[in-house]
Amino acid sequence: MSPVEDMNNETPGEYMSIDSKVSSSALADVANARSAAREPGRAPMGSGLEARGIHAWFGKHHALENVSLDFASGTVTALIGPSGCGKSTFIRTLNRMHEFIPSAAMAGEVLLDGKDIYAKGTDVTKIRLQIGMVFQKPNPFPSMTIGENVLSGLKLAQLKVDNKEDLMQECLERAGLWNEVKDRLGAHAGGLSGGQQQRLCIARSLAVKPKVLLMDEPCSALDPGSTLRIEDTIGQLAQSMTIIIVTHNMQQAARVSDYTAFFLSDGGPGSMIEVGPTNEIFSRPRDQRTENYVSGRFG
Amino acid sequence: MIEKPSAPAPREITTKPRLSDRIFRGTVTGFGMLSLVILTLIGLFLALRGFQTFRHEGFHFLTGVKWESVTSESGVITNNFGVGAMLIGTVLIATVALVVGVPLSVLCALYLTFYAPERIKKIMVSVVDLMAAFPSILYGLWGFFVLMPMVQYWAGLLFKYLRWIPVFNAPQPFFERSPFVAGMVLAIMIIPIVTSVSREIFAQTPLDRIQAAYALGATRWGMIKTVVFPFGSSGVVGGAMLGLGRAFGETVAVFTVLNIVFKVNLHILYGSGGNVASMIILKWGEAVGDETKALLAAGFILFVLTLLVNMAANTIVKRTMKSGK
Amino acid sequence: MTTTNIAPVAPTKPWAPTPAEVLPSILLLIGAAVATYVIVAITPMKGKLAYAFLFFVLGTAFIAGRNGLLRGRSALVDSLASSIAFTGAALVFLPVVSILWTTVSNGVKGLHWTLFTETMFTASFSDPISKGGLLHALVGTLYLIFISMVISVPMGVLTALYLTEIKGPGSGFIQFVVQAMSGVPSVVAGLFIFASLIIATPIKASAIAGAFALSILMIPTVTRTSQEVLLLVPNDLREAGQALGATQWKTVATIVVPAARNGLLTAVILGVARIAGETAPLLFTIGGSDNLNWNPFKNYQGALPVYVWKGLLLGTPESIQRAWTGILVLLVLVLVLFVLARVFGGRRIKTK
Repeated sequence: MSPVEDMNNETPGEYMSIDSKVSSSALADVANARSAAREPGRAPMGSGLEARGIHAWFGKHHALENVSLDFASGTVTALIGPSGCGKSTFIRTLNRMHEFIPSAAMAGEVLLDGKDIYAKGTDVTKIRLQIGMVFQKPNPFPSMTIGENVLSGLKLAQLKVDNKEDLMQECLERAGLWNEVKDRLGAHAGGLSGGQQQRLCIARSLAVKPKVLLMDEPCSALDPGSTLRIEDTIGQLAQSMTIIIVTHNMQQAARVSDYTAFFLSDGGPGSMIEVGPTNEIFSRPRDQRTENYVSGRFG
Repeated sequence: MIEKPSAPAPREITTKPRLSDRIFRGTVTGFGMLSLVILTLIGLFLALRGFQTFRHEGFHFLTGVKWESVTSESGVITNNFGVGAMLIGTVLIATVALVVGVPLSVLCALYLTFYAPERIKKIMVSVVDLMAAFPSILYGLWGFFVLMPMVQYWAGLLFKYLRWIPVFNAPQPFFERSPFVAGMVLAIMIIPIVTSVSREIFAQTPLDRIQAAYALGATRWGMIKTVVFPFGSSGVVGGAMLGLGRAFGETVAVFTVLNIVFKVNLHILYGSGGNVASMIILKWGEAVGDETKALLAAGFILFVLTLLVNMAANTIVKRTMKSGK
Repeated sequence: MTTTNIAPVAPTKPWAPTPAEVLPSILLLIGAAVATYVIVAITPMKGKLAYAFLFFVLGTAFIAGRNGLLRGRSALVDSLASSIAFTGAALVFLPVVSILWTTVSNGVKGLHWTLFTETMFTASFSDPISKGGLLHALVGTLYLIFISMVISVPMGVLTALYLTEIKGPGSGFIQFVVQAMSGVPSVVAGLFIFASLIIATPIKASAIAGAFALSILMIPTVTRTSQEVLLLVPNDLREAGQALGATQWKTVATIVVPAARNGLLTAVILGVARIAGETAPLLFTIGGSDNLNWNPFKNYQGALPVYVWKGLLLGTPESIQRAWTGILVLLVLVLVLFVLARVFGGRRIKTK
């Protein structure tokens, strides 16, 4: 049994905690196992997202400095690094959520299929349909039923769909929630557990058929069992879209991602120190700071 | 096998407060209770003084329309006091005030919370607070001299084009000092409180839900419809009820713009009507003996009415703020 | 990756509308204004209402229509909603401007020095405004404010202390009662004092009776604002006092109240602002004298709101002028209090 499958069989109680200082070689093993487990010759779908020279400010405070990253279609990229180094700020520049903060400013370009999403005349609501987001705290709409939640994105964008029930089922299946809720689609979303709510949020983002899915620490508020199920989901979703996931959990990064980018702030603006295939980041990182982080010497 | 020892019973924690603290607590508690005492006294005294009227008129006090005190030639006084017409007038005017004032307040609160740039917001918030500080007699003066001519013109238009709707009909085209005018003045007076409460509620909309809506590609209005309204609707209702309580009790502002006639009038454009508060002021100057007692009884009715509305409103507002739905 | 010398990059807000983007909307609004004039000229619609209504409808339709054409149906609805929300706020703003403007422009005409040095004892309300003054009313109002403060401030602050510091078993209920009290109509407050004090006690219509009536309205305001302010005092301070072995009374008196000093002052000012302009309670309790009365405990007293009321009711042009001037003085008083409250309390405190 590969280490990946091994982990799926562990009971939640024996699960490795975030704080456990796992050696980077163990993480590298996990990452290697993952890339080996992927089907050979899989043609990646979805869309390419490219960030060029991204800076972010909050008023005068320079929060993020010169981040350039390429997210190839059909891949999963993990953004790791200690708290406060700008990972969440960065991913919010990718779907133009950063600008909701009144003092926010930015510089640089974000290209989706070659077109800058910040270009003048771009319809930002359409961008957000193509670049979806799942948040740290599950946030389904409590006034809607489960079924309505899944379709809420369509209603908000006034998109017409021929067969709503089929789409609902498809999204819930892809999010790994269908079997648990198929008999109670009319129940209110508030009655679900945390992990179920998060999967509902994933299903909701899927309904508008995004090309890219951003996930900001989607499992940090969940129990280990739900975490593993969502990681499975991520693996399957990556076959048809680009996924970018911010995570504090290095083991998670090792489990789910193809590429990993390490962010760090030395008291000033955060920046991206190093990016590479996940197994390389964990086994032979080029930068000493990366090495220190993944070995657990800080963070 | 070691048996787990059962947990001991918790100790009772007591302390003997010092004398200064006992005096302090006693004084403060006493004063705290004083509010309750005052409120009860208000109800009690008004009811007591008005008791004779209640006993004499009975339920007719609430339903009767005429308000007169007739002294026959032999000196026998027959009283016939009824606040029925005034109660209906109170409700009618308050309804107009709500229908006009609440939508404006909600729109203003939405604008301030979700649309306004920071500087405009600061100015508008001060303006709304200032509105709440204006004396009601100022609204009365302004209402009479500035608003009434405008509203009369609008009433004329409504009468001309929408007369087929019963509420806009009138026996004669006499629009001066009608419930409509009074309602409009009141609408402006309740805007500060309804706007404030609505703004507080809207500002508490959970940010994560707002972000979820935007991340799904919602426009600002789409977000408001999906997240803000379900969250805040009951709170806004509570705010509207607070405005209603204010509208019931407002006196001097509507006195000037209202033609008080003791006849039931449901045609809001027609210049005849009244509300309980203004009626009390109108009749007070010349009232003696029984009529004074009757006016006190009317005051009691007004007290109970506004008390009930305010209690309901506060309960609703508090429940929304707490639950965060 | 070592840090390389990167040329400093300037923060931008690419989402902010540039002048080029705002221009079409402005042009559309101008177009709507033109269309409004044209329509008013050719149809029987007339008057300010017609202009305002047409401009609103046309302006909204043009802008929303353009957004809808460019970006689809949801953008159209969103644009409509923005316009309507803005209009709602503007409609709320306009009356305030109108009130301020009318008061100042009408009231200024009657201002003269003797206004503040004479009373209405020798003049009648129908006399030209230059005769007589409102000194008696001013003095009366000041008396009322002062006595109400003496009654309401201790009462209000102590009640707030009960609710925040002692939190006894009746707290929830007392909270409810205070809120209920804040809803008592001003007429009822006046009637109550009449029904209780004036009828049954030696206290007859006078400043002190009026002050009692006003206190009923002032106490809830002072209580609520004080409560808000006291709750803002961080609990750490209270715990520090207790850890030092101070009694609760000492903690509250020497630590909590001084910490909340500014806010409590704001609470008092807001309470005063609440009652300075009240008319109805006074009509039952002070008698509305035209003469200067230095005794707050006996005999009829004047007050600014009653002065205005009398002027308004009489209905002659001169008396109405008096009313406007009187209300201008009252408004200035309220504005001063309002600004003071802001200065001391900051934006967080509401007036009612």
